[in-house]
Amino acid sequence: MTKAGTTVAAAQTPAPAVRRLPRRRGVELALIVLAVLLSVYGYCAVGLARTGTVPPGAVGYGAGLGVLALLAHMAVRIRAPYADPLFLPIAVLLNGLGLVLIYRLDRETPNDQAAPAQLVWSTLGVGLFIAVVLVLRDHRLLQRYAYVCVAAALGLLALPILFPAVNGARIWIRLAGFSIQPGEFAKVLLAVFFAAYLAANRNALAYAGRRLWWLQFPTGRVLGPIVTIWLLSVGVLVLERDLGTSLLFFGLFVVLLYVATGRTGWIAVGLLLAMLGAVAVGRLEPHVNQRIEDWLHPFATIEAGQGPNQLSQSLFAFAAGGVLGTGLGLGHSILIGFAAKSDFILATAGEELGLAGLAAIFLLYALLVERGYRAGLALREPFGRLLAVGLASILALQVFVIGGGVTGLIPLTGMAMPFLAQGGSSVVTNWAIVALLIRVSDSARHQYDGQEAP
Amino acid sequence: MARYIRHACAFCALLLAALLANAARVQVVQSRLYDDNPANRRATIARYGQPRGDILVGDEPVTGSVDTGEQLRFERSYRNGPLYAPVTGFASQAYGTTFLEHAGDGVLSGTDPVLSPLPLWNDMTHRLSPAGNVVTTLNRAAQQAAYRGLAGRKGAVAAIEPATGRILALVSSPSYDPGELSGNGEAVTSAWARLNHDPEKPMLNRAVRQTYPPGSTFKVVTAAAALDAGVVTDLDARTDSPDPYRLPGTTTRLTNEADDCRDASLRSAFEWSCNTVFAKLGVDVGVRDMSATARAFGFNDTRLRIPYSVAPSTFDPRVDRAQLALSSIGQFNTRATPLQMAMVAAAVADRGQLRSPYLVERTTRHNGETIAGSGAHPVRQVMNPSTATRLKELMTDVVREGTGKRAAIPGALVGGKTGTAQHGVGNSGAPYAWFVSWAQADNSLEPQVAVAVVVEDASANRGEISGGGNAAPIARDVMRAVLGP
Repeated sequence: MTKAGTTVAAAQTPAPAVRRLPRRRGVELALIVLAVLLSVYGYCAVGLARTGTVPPGAVGYGAGLGVLALLAHMAVRIRAPYADPLFLPIAVLLNGLGLVLIYRLDRETPNDQAAPAQLVWSTLGVGLFIAVVLVLRDHRLLQRYAYVCVAAALGLLALPILFPAVNGARIWIRLAGFSIQPGEFAKVLLAVFFAAYLAANRNALAYAGRRLWWLQFPTGRVLGPIVTIWLLSVGVLVLERDLGTSLLFFGLFVVLLYVATGRTGWIAVGLLLAMLGAVAVGRLEPHVNQRIEDWLHPFATIEAGQGPNQLSQSLFAFAAGGVLGTGLGLGHSILIGFAAKSDFILATAGEELGLAGLAAIFLLYALLVERGYRAGLALREPFGRLLAVGLASILALQVFVIGGGVTGLIPLTGMAMPFLAQGGSSVVTNWAIVALLIRVSDSARHQYDGQEAP
Repeated sequence: MARYIRHACAFCALLLAALLANAARVQVVQSRLYDDNPANRRATIARYGQPRGDILVGDEPVTGSVDTGEQLRFERSYRNGPLYAPVTGFASQAYGTTFLEHAGDGVLSGTDPVLSPLPLWNDMTHRLSPAGNVVTTLNRAAQQAAYRGLAGRKGAVAAIEPATGRILALVSSPSYDPGELSGNGEAVTSAWARLNHDPEKPMLNRAVRQTYPPGSTFKVVTAAAALDAGVVTDLDARTDSPDPYRLPGTTTRLTNEADDCRDASLRSAFEWSCNTVFAKLGVDVGVRDMSATARAFGFNDTRLRIPYSVAPSTFDPRVDRAQLALSSIGQFNTRATPLQMAMVAAAVADRGQLRSPYLVERTTRHNGETIAGSGAHPVRQVMNPSTATRLKELMTDVVREGTGKRAAIPGALVGGKTGTAQHGVGNSGAPYAWFVSWAQADNSLEPQVAVAVVVEDASANRGEISGGGNAAPIARDVMRAVLGP
């Protein structure tokens, strides 16, 4: 479904001798239309299930989502015409579906409407996406600001310590009625820093230094700064009791180190450190200890006569969905309680869309991650490669940590499902990640056109 | 570096596979385990997500459903709750179900597979069928007459159609409104506590779940045993009975309220309720025949369901002769529910045949289509038909000229037996007033109703309590309601 205008425009430019890649912007547009239609369909399905009528806001919701998606598409068309056409439609679909799920859960909590705020944040996220795509002409620009990024990241991470804890975790700051989770933004900044540092020092890390047993250790001068940064960020997060994010940073660090150096030993050391850390934290920190107990014995509170906890409620929700689900608006995942719209949003998807819907959602994330890795593979310079791998890994790890947590695969750590969960900082950050991936993939595919990225 | 990127990508694929496999485990392989966990509220939410089916008296529902808009959406409501409480029981979100609400719960809540058009369909769709209805055998006018007659005094009434065993009235007093227990809020909790601590025990179903010493009404059973065993062959022949009667093997002397009981014939002893004559008759019949006859009437039957269970009435078969003498006049260990005594009257009225009493005429789908009818209920020959005929004669005499005159109905043949049961330590409690009877309209071929009434009125003057005075008028009103104008 390539638009006539584009083909004509492409035909008018004199083609270079080298192999030309199709830009596929028409495919992207078609998929975006499909994503918006699917979201509107879900919105209507909720209304039909709950009241028997199409909800009055359906047209407005569809139009709003459609306009946002089209603006983002236009920005991509102008500034990143070679970008992979799957990123944007998947992001639109996940964000649209997230809005539907939150709107659906809002029906159960008349005094706490989260969907309108989420729509505002989504708009901001798309705005940031457009800004990044338009302003950031070349991702390599970020390499120059690596140390600015890491300073900002540490600052953002440390900021919530000054604010009171919410639900046991000190990771929010409240401003003018909005709560922001600075750790969310920090992860992109940290990914940029890791990528830049490892790209610059990967040879030193891989080959220099002493050999101990079968491991090749780099010199402290090279390893020191990055380990310090990493320990600092994880330490701050442990102080703030944000386990999910510390796990994410740890995973991100290990993956990037491995990809940059190719040393399997790093993974072994990483896992060893992780185990030591996990055992120490699990022993010392009652909050974490409780999470692990809940994971091992999800029904312990039921047997103790205290009623089901959040995790068992979540498992009940998934089980109630079965293969095909109860249908949007017809489940009872609100029984999970206060985190139903945020950490546990996946339980609503599992109950109302079933295993089929859940698998589809996981595959959408997988496609997003795979396309990110593919962009990294296609690039020739190490910073871009590591940046793409880092951003894709953030998504993959986050989906695994929270998805595995709510389905009882691993201990639960509070985290937001990218695009789906309620949470402004999260949505904005994920749009920024997608914007960077689009930028990287544009460069990756552009280079095959015989032109270097501008 | 490309190689390591591929490795990282493969690692992510591994994570994805783990997520999918685990999701399949939770949602498919082990889903039944989670669905059936008692802490999972979904089954309860589904159960109350649709209006509950109705319990009908005649063509009219005596129940309803209220949409509360809450998570457990529909609550039970009752029209005339206290009147029908011993039949319907309650259907409470907090405290479960009782009586017909319990026995018919599968149909009323829509979970019974028989309601589903296709087997397994509901299992697949996770939906319930529309709820069905339960139609009772009750006679509205008789039920109201009984409730009005008791007028809040402690007591109970049971009425049966002798030819079928259909229960026409089942009243317990004082009663309560089961609607107070329907929901699950604070009001329900406090109503539950209040009803359970009420010394009047309004939630006790006195008609089927409470046994009383039947007193003189048990003389119907003793007379049947004596006639069947051939101990008495002529109703008008003098019996060899002293007054007072010294209980065998003891020095205790049994006396009578009435005069002229010495050597009285069965007819006059029955008419004037001579304790001495019947105590001796029971001893003469012997414990084996007495308990056989009692068992045939339904005593010591622990399996009676109407369809909810009925407290077993008792006649103790392990007694000495003195105890047998007392048992034979409805004292000692002899105890009966009002329903049991109505069964006794019904067996006499229907040529000695007894049919198991039942309350459910049929169950229907929500559109009125019948799922199951009451079907044939087993018949038991309790006594010889000739014995039943003679007992009918005796009971008719009681109403015509004996202690049961106040049960008489113009234009109908009525038979009855009064009873005043002593109870408490040293007979200190206020006695229970009993009346059992049956009635047959003059233009009818067979008796249409058998009734048992018990009034336990602690506040009444002891001398005034008698089956004839307190209980007979209630029985008369119930019978008149069944016979019609």
